[in-house]
Amino acid sequence: MGSFGTAIANILAEKSKVIAFARRAEVVDEINHEHKVDGLAINPIIKGTQDPQYLCENCDTIFFMVPSAAFQEVIRSFSPYLYPYHLVIHGTKGLCLNLPEGQKLSQIQTISRENILTMSEVILKETVAIRVGCLAGPNLAKELYAGQPAATVVASKYNEVILEGQRLLRTDKFQVYGNSDIVGVELSGVLKNIIAIAAGALAGMGLGENAKGLLISRGMVELVYLGNALGGSVKSFIGLAGIGDLVATCNSTLSRNYTVGYRLAKGEKLEEIQASMEEVAEGINTIRLMKAFVEGRGMRAPITENLYKVLFEDLKIEDALQYLMKYPFSVDVDFL
Amino acid sequence: MAEGYIKHQYEPILPQKDEWPVVKLSKNRKDFVKKVAEASKKSVLEITGNNTDLLKEELETTLYREKLRIKQNPWAVDPDDDSDFWRKVRQVLVQTSADPHLNKTQKKKKYLEVLDDITMRYSEEIASNFVHTHYKVTRRIVTFGFARLLNAARVKGIKSLFSNQYTLQDKIQIVGETDQIRELASKGTIVMVPTHFSNLDSILIGWIISVLGLPPFIYGAGLNLFNIGIFAYFMNALGAYKVDRRKKNLLYLETLKTYSSEAIQDGVHSLFFPGGTRSRSGMIEKKLKLGLLSTAVEAQRANYQKGLHDVGGKIFIVPVTINYHFVLEAPSLIQEYLSITGQERYYKERDEFSTSYKISKFLVKFFTKGSDISVSIGKAMDVLGNYVDTAGNSFDRHGRKIDTRDYFISNGKVTVDSQREEEYTHHLGRRIVEEFHINNRVFSSHLVAFTAFQLIKRENRKLDLYNLLRLPEEDIFLVYVEFKEACEMVLNRIFELEEAGKLQVAPHMRQDIDSIINHGLDNVGMYHAKRPLIKNNNGNIETQDLSVLYFYHNRLIGYDLEKLF
Repeated sequence: MGSFGTAIANILAEKSKVIAFARRAEVVDEINHEHKVDGLAINPIIKGTQDPQYLCENCDTIFFMVPSAAFQEVIRSFSPYLYPYHLVIHGTKGLCLNLPEGQKLSQIQTISRENILTMSEVILKETVAIRVGCLAGPNLAKELYAGQPAATVVASKYNEVILEGQRLLRTDKFQVYGNSDIVGVELSGVLKNIIAIAAGALAGMGLGENAKGLLISRGMVELVYLGNALGGSVKSFIGLAGIGDLVATCNSTLSRNYTVGYRLAKGEKLEEIQASMEEVAEGINTIRLMKAFVEGRGMRAPITENLYKVLFEDLKIEDALQYLMKYPFSVDVDFL
Repeated sequence: MAEGYIKHQYEPILPQKDEWPVVKLSKNRKDFVKKVAEASKKSVLEITGNNTDLLKEELETTLYREKLRIKQNPWAVDPDDDSDFWRKVRQVLVQTSADPHLNKTQKKKKYLEVLDDITMRYSEEIASNFVHTHYKVTRRIVTFGFARLLNAARVKGIKSLFSNQYTLQDKIQIVGETDQIRELASKGTIVMVPTHFSNLDSILIGWIISVLGLPPFIYGAGLNLFNIGIFAYFMNALGAYKVDRRKKNLLYLETLKTYSSEAIQDGVHSLFFPGGTRSRSGMIEKKLKLGLLSTAVEAQRANYQKGLHDVGGKIFIVPVTINYHFVLEAPSLIQEYLSITGQERYYKERDEFSTSYKISKFLVKFFTKGSDISVSIGKAMDVLGNYVDTAGNSFDRHGRKIDTRDYFISNGKVTVDSQREEEYTHHLGRRIVEEFHINNRVFSSHLVAFTAFQLIKRENRKLDLYNLLRLPEEDIFLVYVEFKEACEMVLNRIFELEEAGKLQVAPHMRQDIDSIINHGLDNVGMYHAKRPLIKNNNGNIETQDLSVLYFYHNRLIGYDLEKLF
């Protein structure tokens, strides 16, 4: 069970009975006998299980807080036990590549919108659940776990999913906003990871607050353009899940994406960084997909494109920055 | 799905007309009208949140629009007492709001009475007047009359009058899940949703339903059609209820939706053209009108609320795709489409269905010369777009049996959530569009029209659509060899798509390419004064009407075939 899942389970347990799913037996034992996850104490109400069927039969509302790399696999293992009466809310920030069988991204170079699935689209594709929502916002797990005040967005096309999410999650310290643009909210959480890598890189180069301010606002513009092209609405990107999360991540040394950028700027190679990290930094995968998408669309996304070159084509990070400084941005904001 | 055309006589699934849901409905017409009025009243009150001021506002808006309609757009079919009725409504509304002696409850009571009167009037107006004897007569006219025409043309001599060598089923091929729809119609309630390209569709579908041995379906027909006496007779005979497009007020729309929903709940099979009107562009409908579709979802939920949990209370959506080589209205439809979407100067052509002379001329041509029509009955789905089996069970994509009732459950109970149902309706709409594309049957005429237009477009890459369509037709020709090559390329891709289950292909497409092309050229828009495609004396391909060619070309939009060019 990951740190975010643990934090959310704790919040849920304040009001409701919670069953937590973990794949490894040790973790389930630790939850059930010691009421701990990775040594951190959790609410004793929380029960652990390895059995998707048991969980689905006993819960009407299910929160998937799974790393994006494992998301599809976990959803598939739950699929046989999910029914149309289940409400499903996920908190995973990532994209899934959806290519016809036998094709690989390296072979086809460019992709279109149909080849990209957000996590809610994965759920809709793999399961019969239809009342689906997502959770996104500036929600660093450690701070949530510590009980610091925070807020999140529950997004769904279905009002009842938003209301149920609010009912279950809202506490004195956790505010929950609703949004009907689920794709926009999901994309906010995903695309901001690109900017987080860039923010880490700036810090790694020893640059200061002016540069960060510049990056966040230009990054926001890029996020809005990419997000619009993928079907999200501007309103969601300038909300809590967009700007809110962007600011939090770009300032957080805890973030994996930020760390990737930071270490790149310190001169490490991508392979070295990835080898030494436990979990994948989602931003790397996002940059790869977005670059292919941007090329398929014939649009430009200078920050993403240059980060791609830094990550995969050995462009020096200083040169990338140089390029961006010369890039002819003329209008400050033209999407509102 | 069966490949061959289905041509055999189906026994009626309900031989006794008294068992027909539509007959039961017409017998209890009075009670039904009342029930609809009551239910509409309830839903209007729900929408206005039981707030008297809001209700008053809705009533006033309705009154205002109705007075405007009577003044600006009166129709022959409008009842004589129309102005009287609305004058009285006005009187009551004015008196009530001005009367100082009435307290709040009394005022509310007055408004409710007005609401009552209006919904009752609307409900009465919408309700169908199905008369069984008329239905029988109509059916006989259609089958018998058409069969005579057909045989007259093909069987020579005096014998033709009595020959039964050819029947309508030789001209109109029914393919697909015919047994399933018969099975399901005897167990639950069917909502049939066909594509809509021509005014012929209503009659065609009515005939198909009777050939398949199904009891008559009710369907909404534009009130304007009832202006013409003979049409009114046919429409009523086929079980049509009336939809007045002039009335856009909340009360009317609610009554209309309630009518449909209540009829479905009563087990009356219904027919919606989900595209709303005929497809102007010639493309398969992509955006559906969801108003009536939502009544199917609503009726299903209502049935579950009533505890009808078995197949008897289940509602099945059956998409139907109709394919023509020739659409009589094509020239005017495409002109309308272009003038709406494009910069083309608007000029209205005469509606081709305007005179009975034209209609008869078309019918004679149609039956004597031959231009095939195919009707594909799609797989039945539940109201969430899941496929069902002949027993009426729903299955998810992985083939697991699921219960449609689960979609309406929260916290263990069936609940009413109009926002949820709105989303479900969108979802159902998308599924229907998908099914339309899957059931679409490619004809030779579609192939040649698509290929020719794409080639012309490629040669004039720099022009946008509207400039392209303004090219003088005399200047355009396609070299036959190149045209043939392109047709082959498209055809191969079509067969690949068929293999993948993404569309269907008519049997006449399984010949050598030259024969297919000739068949296509002979058939594409064959009765238009200006033909969309012809072979000239040098054997090359020309067009006489680029816009109409574009119309027939559009039939194959939605499969990414244009990427081949």
